[in-house]
Order: sequence, then C-alpha cells, then structure tokens
Amino acid sequence: MTTARAAGILLGKELRLEFRSRELLSATIIFALVVVVLFSFAFDPTAAESRRYGPGLLWIAFLFAGSLMLNPSFSREQANETLDALRMAPISPFAILLGKMLANFIFMSIAELVLVPIFAVLYNISLAGIVWRLVLVLMLGTTGLTVTGTVFSAVSAHARMRELLLPLLLLPILTPLLIASVESTASLFQEQPALDRTWVAFLAGFDIVFMTAAWLLCDYLLEE
Amino acid sequence: MKARLGITIVIAALIFLAGYAALFVAPDEKTMHAVQRIFYFHLPSWIAMFSALCVVFYANIAYLITRKRKFDALGVAGVEVGVMCCTIGLITGPLWARPVWGIWWTWDARLTTTFILWILYISYLLLRGLLEDPEKKASLSAIFGIFAFLDVPLVYLSNRLWRTQHPQPVIAGGNGSGLDPLMGKVLLLCVIAVFCVMVLVFIDRYRLELLRNECDELRFEIESRSAQASSLAASFAGEVNE
Repeated sequence: MTTARAAGILLGKELRLEFRSRELLSATIIFALVVVVLFSFAFDPTAAESRRYGPGLLWIAFLFAGSLMLNPSFSREQANETLDALRMAPISPFAILLGKMLANFIFMSIAELVLVPIFAVLYNISLAGIVWRLVLVLMLGTTGLTVTGTVFSAVSAHARMRELLLPLLLLPILTPLLIASVESTASLFQEQPALDRTWVAFLAGFDIVFMTAAWLLCDYLLEE
Repeated sequence: MKARLGITIVIAALIFLAGYAALFVAPDEKTMHAVQRIFYFHLPSWIAMFSALCVVFYANIAYLITRKRKFDALGVAGVEVGVMCCTIGLITGPLWARPVWGIWWTWDARLTTTFILWILYISYLLLRGLLEDPEKKASLSAIFGIFAFLDVPLVYLSNRLWRTQHPQPVIAGGNGSGLDPLMGKVLLLCVIAVFCVMVLVFIDRYRLELLRNECDELRFEIESRSAQASSLAASFAGEVNE
C-alpha cells in the first residue's frame, strides 16, 4: 500500500472518530474564543489598537488552543494500545504520522474558519478583499503548528503530566512561527493591505524544515 | 585518577590566571571602564555553550543511528553543561547592559534567541525527567534535541527580520573592530580557560551519567533475580506443604 493511500485511510479514521463526538473541536473553538474575549477585557482596545494587537492576539489564541487540541492525538491511542496495532500494519510509519497531521490540520482549519469571522466582528476588522491572502497565511501557519505539534504529541504521549508538557515543548519551538504569522497577518490588517512576502517565505521555510525533520525522524518516533 | 587530579589543578590555575588577567592586566575600556571587564567571561561562556550544544546535536543523531547508551549520556551531559553556560551568559549580560545601555534587557535578536534557546534546553531536561522508560527517554529526548537545534537558526533569523523593521537602541557589536591587542590576548586566555572548565565539567557529568546507567542496570538485575528467587522459594514451599 502506498504511503499516501495509507495516510488517507488513517485520516478517514481520525475524522470519523472526531465527528462522532465533536468534543475536541468544540472545546478548542470555545477555548480560543475565551482567549479572544478575555483579551478585550484585559486591554479594552480601541479600533486602532485592535488593528495593532489583533494579529498577535489571534495567533496566540490559535497556538494555545492548538497546543491543547494536539494532546489527545497520540495519547488517545494508548487506552487500548491501538498505536501498536497501527504499527503492525504493513505501512510506513510516516503514513501514521501524516494521517494524524492531516487530521489535526483539518481540525485546526475548521476552528480557524469559525474563529476568524467572529474575531473580525468583535474587533472591527474588515476581511473584504483580503480573504484569500489571509487563507494562505493561515494555511502556512497552521501547517507549521500541526507538523511540529503532532510530532511533539507523539513525544509527550509517553511522559507523565503530558497535558502540561506538550505546550511546554511546543510553544518555545513555535516562536519563529508566531512572529512570522503575526507579521504577515498584520500586513493584511493595515489600512492598505499588502502581503509581506518575506514573512510568507519564512513561514513556508519553517514548514519545509520541520516537515523534512518529521519525515526523517518518524521511524524513531513511532518505534516500540 | 592522578592524571585527572593534575588536569583539574591545571585548569583551576588557568581560570584563576584568566580572572586575574581580566581584572588587572587588560587595559581599561575608554567609555565603559571597569564594568566592561565582565565581557572577558561573558563572551567565553557563549562560546562554551555553543560548543557544548553542537556536541549535543551530534550525540542526539548518533544515538538514534547507533542506539548506544553512551551517546545518550553524552547528550544529557552536554545539555546540562550548555544550560549552565547559557545561564552564566544570561546573568552576566544584563549585569553589563544595565550600566552601559541603561537597561537590563532588550528584545534584540541575539538576546531573544539565547533566551528561547535556554527555555528549549530546559524543556529538554524537563522532558527527560518526565519520561520513565529509559529507552523512550533516550530516543524521544534525542528527537526533541534535534528539533530544538534546528529551531535555533530560525529563531535568530525571525528576530533579525523582525527587529530590522523597527529601529533599536544602539547595541555594542561585541568583539571585532577596535579591540586593543592586549584585550584580545586576555580574551583569548579567558576563552581557553572557560572552555577548559566546560570540557572538564562535561566529561565528569558524562562519566557520572554512565555510572548512573550502570547502577540502574545492576539494580534492575538484582530486582529481577530476587523476584526469581522469591518465586522459586514460594514454589518450593508449596511443594513441601503438599
């Protein structure tokens, strides 16, 4: 079986599992929403200030929500030792990782799809005219988040206090991603939106570096 | 053992000499005066840290390929020594910056990168503490170590790009142009001395980790043997009772 096909089947399994309960997705969306709302109480920003701080707030909310959402990705396989069963299947370990990365990417994208319009309404930011460029930035940022997050979810699944450990491992690694995503989103929220190409290229580079590292190291990551 | 003691004494003498040279031999800096002398231990600690962390990166990759426990020991020893050197650098930096720049800290590319680096490698040690199975501990922390090392240039690049768009307070460029030749010599002595101390601590920590591993293996062996013995005794007692 090719890696792509195996990853597709695993993706289907992850999606089926999630959409039966939708627990993870709804918890993630509500959590990010709480962060966005709390921010406005803490800083009471004016229109100009929300344009200035909005992108940072949006990405902090995504990163925090993501680092919580990615936790069960591997730890939920442990209850019935289903990861061992997956590894026994005649597929490459990268297919397992890729299936989970794609699933997490889809969950995160759905959460963003709900959150961005709400954010735009709450902070008076007009999305007209920048939608596709914003989608590009969101996709690149989310790819970096889910690639590293899924790998670290597999790392922290074996540890004690894993719910606390994952954000601790993940968030420092994501600092360059945070800066690049915030800066490129900020360039779109200006009065005259213009996509900052340097930061978009940086985001793509981040994704490529860690995707390659994940691909090279997945044999060691998923071994028993 | 004797050779080791000799080397320790030599290195102790060297670091003492370096301290003396930094305080009394090096010429006074024109604008910063005495406080500039912290530089003779500030820069060497960064060089020592960077060398230690390069060894860690090598050890992490070597462990994943060869599966030899000694590379895991090398990795953890290197991270601990690297974090120590990083802490020295992060303490001496603000002490120097406060009288010279007037601020303790600035979110400049180099400072931010080392701060993130420090957090990353502390997370590495934390991760090791929270993993129970020794095999998993070694392989998963090696994977995290590789990701952390790959992240460092990205952190630096992103901060560089970010900060060049906003003007920052003038930052002393470190060494390079305008360094007095005598200052350069003292600096070289300090770099060598601090580096030697780092290597000495590194080797000791590495040996300690190897001994610890051996201890764990022996303890495991004793436990499994005593379990065997007690189960034998129990079965024997059962036979006698019958």
